[in-house]
Amino acid sequence: MALSVEHATRKFGDFTAVDDLSLRVEEGEMHGFLGANGSGKTTTFRMILGLLDPTHGQITWNGKPITYESSPIIGYLPEERGLYPKMKVEDQLIYLAQLRKMSKADAKRETAAWLERFEVPHYAGKKVEELSKGNQQKIQLIASLVHKPSLIILDEPFSGLDPVNVGMLKSAILDVQKQGATIVFSSHRMDHVEELCDDMSILDHGKVVVGGSIREVKRNFGKQNVRLKMDQDLVSLSGLPGVEKYKGTIDGALLQISDESTAQSILEEAMKLGQLRHFSIEEPSLEEIFIAKVGKAYA
Amino acid sequence: MHSFWIIFKQAFMTKARTKSFIITTIIVAAAFFLLANLPNIIESFQREEDQVLHVIDESGELVAQLQTQLEQSESDIQAMPTDMSEEELQQGITEGTIESYLVMEEENTLSARYVSESANDIGAGAEVENAVQAIQTAMAAERLGLTGAEVGELFMPADFERQAVSASSKTEEELSQARGLVYVLILLIYVAVIYYPNMIAMEVANEKSSRVMEILISSVSPVKHMFAKIAGIGTLGIVQMMIFGIAGYFAFKTSGSDMAEGFFSVMGFSEIKISTFLFAILFFLLGYFLYAVLAALLGSLVSRTEDVQQLMLPMMFLIIISSFIAFSGIGMPEASYVTISSFIPFFAPLVMFLRVGMLDIPLWEPLLSIAIMLATIGVLGWFGARVYRGGVLMYGSSQSLKDIGKAIRLGNKK
Repeated sequence: MALSVEHATRKFGDFTAVDDLSLRVEEGEMHGFLGANGSGKTTTFRMILGLLDPTHGQITWNGKPITYESSPIIGYLPEERGLYPKMKVEDQLIYLAQLRKMSKADAKRETAAWLERFEVPHYAGKKVEELSKGNQQKIQLIASLVHKPSLIILDEPFSGLDPVNVGMLKSAILDVQKQGATIVFSSHRMDHVEELCDDMSILDHGKVVVGGSIREVKRNFGKQNVRLKMDQDLVSLSGLPGVEKYKGTIDGALLQISDESTAQSILEEAMKLGQLRHFSIEEPSLEEIFIAKVGKAYA
Repeated sequence: MHSFWIIFKQAFMTKARTKSFIITTIIVAAAFFLLANLPNIIESFQREEDQVLHVIDESGELVAQLQTQLEQSESDIQAMPTDMSEEELQQGITEGTIESYLVMEEENTLSARYVSESANDIGAGAEVENAVQAIQTAMAAERLGLTGAEVGELFMPADFERQAVSASSKTEEELSQARGLVYVLILLIYVAVIYYPNMIAMEVANEKSSRVMEILISSVSPVKHMFAKIAGIGTLGIVQMMIFGIAGYFAFKTSGSDMAEGFFSVMGFSEIKISTFLFAILFFLLGYFLYAVLAALLGSLVSRTEDVQQLMLPMMFLIIISSFIAFSGIGMPEASYVTISSFIPFFAPLVMFLRVGMLDIPLWEPLLSIAIMLATIGVLGWFGARVYRGGVLMYGSSQSLKDIGKAIRLGNKK
């Protein structure tokens, strides 16, 4: 039971949107996609959904290709939000669930339960265009979850939401995962990926430049951060052997090292300078890894 | 099949529930009733006015005869002798107290002068003239000593009949009946193949611009989605046309006015030609599907509903050209350009129907035309589905027919 993408390539004319992408997401796992705009995330999702066919390679779910036969088990939240603006929330959710082959009675019950969970049951009879953007997004997420899919694709599920709603949607997604659903999602917030996912992929120009479990990715990155807090000027530390980057902070400095033994010499050197209030070795953030691998900051 | 019906139902119900659809249906149905009852309504307005005809008659006998004649012709005009002078009567007309007056004199022949405010009042004048003429005839007959039967014989109309030699042409009587019916039905098909396919293009563009399309086609195959939508709107069209048909039929049946009767006989509704109606329904369906597939294809290419009309323009030209051929062909259904275009798929729905309705053509001709249309629908459906599959995923500023190629490449299997 897994989603498997094997050497998937998609070309649009001369342009290669996705280049030999391979990926495996085990059942019940959550996989995060990171990548700048145009890096091939949406094309990959569309290929997984069968909206686009790969030029080469194949994509399977439980060993079988994904077709419209699999429609009931798939949930999709597109990056560009899409709902009928003039249709009532409840009618809309029931209609979309029915298209995924859920019975009307079940769809009705589930819709009501989800609206309740997202604290918006009073919107059932409202038209979508009357709702705020954040609330429309809740409806959009419900539309991708209401029919109890087992493979869920979420393209930027948290963009444009306030922290309270992000928390609400996150916990809903985690619950669905706990019930056994396999989830692939993209986000431009690295902290969301770090918090929610076991595995991740960083895409650049259609290629996976970094992939695997987040812990491994961080370990394999081979670089760590040393954070120091003291009042003295620490610029002299940047000259120590093994220090790759130096960045002054308000209350000290952040140094990037590639070898843990360097941390020892930094500590010794720093203690000579004066009173040390804080010293820690930190894992690299995904952001740093992203910048290092893609060569530019995440847009 | 399940999801086909869900989309079908949704396409039908959401459109059927819109205010614009309900209002259009009611207005058109009401227009039929208004049209059918127009003569009654006009009459009822006229009846309120006092239709008094003042008659200056020196002999004093003619007024009574005139009144009898007017009553016989079921006229509302009341002939009344008057003592007023002509100057006074003219004064009355200018002031608006009197509508009209008649000066009658009898010497050898009867002479009468009808005076009213303006010459527009022809209707009343004609009634009076007929009545005076009848009196004159009666008087002349009496002078000549003719009996009533002899007078009748004198005015017997001749038997005049037109006959056409061409085998395919219908008799003159049939033709004039067919002409009205065919005219109305062509108009209906014409309106239908513009109105409903436009609805489809708008629907598709709407779903694209609101971006709900991506969810829809990730749930259901775009081809199924497209055809379910076409079927849903098509059913809506049939229902609406049926409402119009029933409303029109009852409007004219119940009104019972002279015009309605005349309308029925001219339109040939009195002896409804089942075959003409069946062909009308058939060509309506074929024309609808042909243009609906084309419209769905075009609608799938635009990103914004504002751009729909621009892209629909070539299709509208096709429909308008075919309507020109069809309407001009009513006068000369055997012209060769009509015959040729009745086998061209985009013109056939209107033009072949015209020929079937107006001429007695051999059955293989409409069947061949139908087969050509079905084949075109098939090819267009296959082609449209391919464009649609890619087109619905395509968002961009440039909207032109060149995008068809781009859409096919996008939706390509490999």
